[in-house]
Amino acid sequence: MTPTAEETSSRSLLSTDYRTLEYVTGPLIFVHNVHNVAYNEMVSISMPDDSIRTGQVLEISGDIAVIQVFEGTRGIDVDKTTVRFLEEVAKVEVAPELLGRVLNGTGKPIDGGAPVIPEKRLDITGSPINPYRREQPADFIETGVSAIDGLNTLVRGQKLPIFSGSGLPANDLAAQIIRQARVGSGEEFAIVFGAMGITHREAAFFMQQFEDTGALERVVFFMNLADDPTVERLLTPKVALTVAEYLAFEKGMQVLVVLSDMTNYCEALREVSTAREEVPGRRGYPGYMYTDLSMIYERAGRIKGNKGSVTQLPILTMPDDDITHPIPDLTGYITEGQIVLSRQLHRRGVYPPIDVLPCLSRLMNLGIGEGKTREDHRAVANQLYAAYAQGRDLRRLVAIVGEEALSDTDRRYLRFADDFEKTIIGQGQEGRSIEGTLTVAWELLAGLPMGELKRVREFIPKYHPNAGDAKGGDI
Amino acid sequence: MIAGSISKITGPVVVAAGMTGAKMYDVVRVGAQGLMGEVIRLEADHATIQVYEDTSGLMVGHPVESTEAPLTVELGPGLLSSIYDGVQRPLPVIAEQSGDFILRGTVASALDRTKLWPFVTVAEVGADLVQGDVLGTVQEGKTIVHKVMVPPKRSGKLAWVIPSGDYNVDTVVARLEDGTEFTMTQRWPVREGRPYVRKLDPTTPFTTGMRILDTFFPIALGGNAIIPGGFGTGKTVTQQSLAKWADVDIIVYIGCGERGNEMTEVLTEFPELDDPRTGAPLMDRTVLVANTSNMPVAAREASIYVGATLAEYYRDMGYDVAMMADSTSRWGEALREVSGRLEEMPGEEGYPAYLATRLASFYERSGRVKTLGSGEDRVGSVTMVGAVSPAGGDMSEPMTQNSLRVTGAFWALDTSLAHRRHFPAISWTKSYTLFLGQVRGWYESNVAGDWVSYRDRAMFILQKETELQEIVQLVGPDALPESEKIILEVARMLREDFLQQFAFDEVDAYCPPLKAYWILKVILAFSDASVAALNRGVSLRQILELPIRDKIAGFKTTPHEEAIEEMKTYTTTLAEDIAGIEVL
Repeated sequence: MTPTAEETSSRSLLSTDYRTLEYVTGPLIFVHNVHNVAYNEMVSISMPDDSIRTGQVLEISGDIAVIQVFEGTRGIDVDKTTVRFLEEVAKVEVAPELLGRVLNGTGKPIDGGAPVIPEKRLDITGSPINPYRREQPADFIETGVSAIDGLNTLVRGQKLPIFSGSGLPANDLAAQIIRQARVGSGEEFAIVFGAMGITHREAAFFMQQFEDTGALERVVFFMNLADDPTVERLLTPKVALTVAEYLAFEKGMQVLVVLSDMTNYCEALREVSTAREEVPGRRGYPGYMYTDLSMIYERAGRIKGNKGSVTQLPILTMPDDDITHPIPDLTGYITEGQIVLSRQLHRRGVYPPIDVLPCLSRLMNLGIGEGKTREDHRAVANQLYAAYAQGRDLRRLVAIVGEEALSDTDRRYLRFADDFEKTIIGQGQEGRSIEGTLTVAWELLAGLPMGELKRVREFIPKYHPNAGDAKGGDI
Repeated sequence: MIAGSISKITGPVVVAAGMTGAKMYDVVRVGAQGLMGEVIRLEADHATIQVYEDTSGLMVGHPVESTEAPLTVELGPGLLSSIYDGVQRPLPVIAEQSGDFILRGTVASALDRTKLWPFVTVAEVGADLVQGDVLGTVQEGKTIVHKVMVPPKRSGKLAWVIPSGDYNVDTVVARLEDGTEFTMTQRWPVREGRPYVRKLDPTTPFTTGMRILDTFFPIALGGNAIIPGGFGTGKTVTQQSLAKWADVDIIVYIGCGERGNEMTEVLTEFPELDDPRTGAPLMDRTVLVANTSNMPVAAREASIYVGATLAEYYRDMGYDVAMMADSTSRWGEALREVSGRLEEMPGEEGYPAYLATRLASFYERSGRVKTLGSGEDRVGSVTMVGAVSPAGGDMSEPMTQNSLRVTGAFWALDTSLAHRRHFPAISWTKSYTLFLGQVRGWYESNVAGDWVSYRDRAMFILQKETELQEIVQLVGPDALPESEKIILEVARMLREDFLQQFAFDEVDAYCPPLKAYWILKVILAFSDASVAALNRGVSLRQILELPIRDKIAGFKTTPHEEAIEEMKTYTTTLAEDIAGIEVL
């Protein structure tokens, strides 16, 4: 936040360029003999070759300021480099015209288009939404993906990350969701895309997708690529979310924020933490990573009396597919569920390879049911889960005792699990309406003995394809 | 006045010089905006301060002033149905002052200063009053009578007391002969437990309405338990169910570093829910402390102490209070974060070495006590249930292990149960309780004399199932003899028709202990009859063909009284039906 007027005026008289840089390590520089420097203040650094870099004050101790340099410290010397304190915290210029633009990781246009005339300059850290002013998320978002809509429904104002592994098609899934996502009213989303450390190829893929579907004009694309400065990544999600909050809560839009890849963000966080010689937490990540991540993920939701909303779809790569790694672990504790991709399904050619068992949407119950999706939605989802889990267990058993040793019911469960992966999960690139998803689900459930369908019992007469043939007995 | 200036800033931790005379844990005001902070280390005239608000914009040289008092909460009528942040500022008032987002430097009074409360005078002039004696009462909400008490460490002869009438909280309501005046409020430092006469043995169960907890792992009023579980295992749903259904007078619910939308869920649901016992809105007997994960980390550390103090205050009036902390791991992480900024030598996994001590002194604030005050014997209790979010779902981490050492029950949530949507996902193989011996007497006289034997038998069958499943994994189910297959079948019924409970079902959300007992009894009657029939030579298939299992499955969603009546006769009916099967 900005210092008070009194403080600023007294400072401006003294405002000078410092040439007292004494120590450089990793992405950090230490400037001595500074006065009246504010915590988190932005800094402009003039290099010996007259180029300008930006930085931010991380710590002040007496007259020493520790500054992280977003573009990296290569070329910085302790002799000629000068540092100027900008007397404000990191801000981003916002305007509705940002839609359709491509910007760098700190919010400067890089698409060669006309400069954006800012309507406002906003502090990128944001402030927490008062829990008392939050509106409970309640609106179903149809993503067209059965494994999400049917089993782990996304709700407007939710934050639902995709846990991917390296080489898994998380980007395709994200692009598909961006392409197909609709709110109940049919309103389209404005997309804010924050790319952190993704490759040129991946960035080009998303650009192509947006262009092909004509979505580009409702996308704000923040691009920090793999070869861009690492520390700049620390700003990208905050800048993106500031723009998202502006579009949602000041312009009343439905905003979908996609952040890819959060793992790169956390790596940058660790890099800075290590350079500061902080006490490391798990696997070298700083102890405050939970707080730091929560200040990103919690910037999703709805506000009472405001028609806009921010829905988040962060993507992260689980190192070595390990869901207990600190990054997915801390993320899962903050977000409202998770979509987990499975290497095994991917290898079997199932797309999207969503492993529904570890998936969860905590807000699902708020967005489904009569009047929102369909009355039998919850029951069908529970039944599918229970049956699929049983089928998966039986697979392990079959590996040991062989299929002959199974009872008829068990064999039907096995077949159910296979069909479930093929039809419900492996739907391909096509979108499927929620009605379509539930219809396919009932067709699958019809393959199980009716007596086993305990969780959907009350809906059998209405929706079971063979409801007329038998009444509650075994078929 | 102790006033110094900032000499170092690193995240939420600030060091101030020139603070000679400052005491540990004194509250200080930092910078021009007067951000609230707390002294956590002293080194000559340097005080290290954890700041409860975002420190961006603070500069070296900015003023720091000590209030020369520790962090306190204000206690008095109007706490119930309030929603506070981690340092007892009411969120609705903050919203009025700064809009939809929480800005820094907000000052808000914890209690409504203008509201008039109907004060009913109890104490009489001339009486010798001691700490804890009741000066008067105030009807707070529909159901709770708030007792305005003589604060701890005060006593004397009552010189004057206000007549009954409507007053605001700041009105002086009584004066002692030595001139000490009392209003309806008092302040208490949050890090210090409120005094009581003595702790009592906890013997009354803390009834939760959850079958697995009430039957298998009960705790007592004044006890404590932890609920550890990885993400998505249902910690929050379990905590919220407890808050809704637990058989206590007052609920203090602390959202400590949790999700904003989840807090909103509590905020929207609780006012709409009716208290099952009184019919009044549940919110009327609830205090919420909400400090979401993106709110300042130091306030998160303070929030559980604020909650504990509020709980103790109502305990002192003679109420049974349940305190839910969701999640204590976030508190531990806040501790770790601040410790890291202080560059303290880290203990296990980076947590400070004093984690265990802090946890122990926190959980020891629970208990059933004889309260202060002469005259009538008041007994109150604070029951604590803390959620723990173990990193990576690994229960060997320090927060879980240290909590286990100081709490009396372990309600372990199991990821694999959650994956197959078995809720509540409380593991019956890993959980335990140390309170069984203490509450057993209550169950035997209030539920049934043979309650323990049914509980033990059910536990035995479930344990047996785990062993049999291992064999099944190796040789397949068909290799088992019928006598063991029936155990698997009964265990399955126990899991599906007894342990599983649907928090969103109107009837099943709350199950009285008596109904739980009868469901167990019916399932075990089925087991006995089946074993007898198998011994006669009847095949398992014949038994399973009878519609008995469906019937039993329906009991949990049948209204309680009706179900209990029906089950009383059904135990014999089903036994007769099974006995009637002819041997083929």
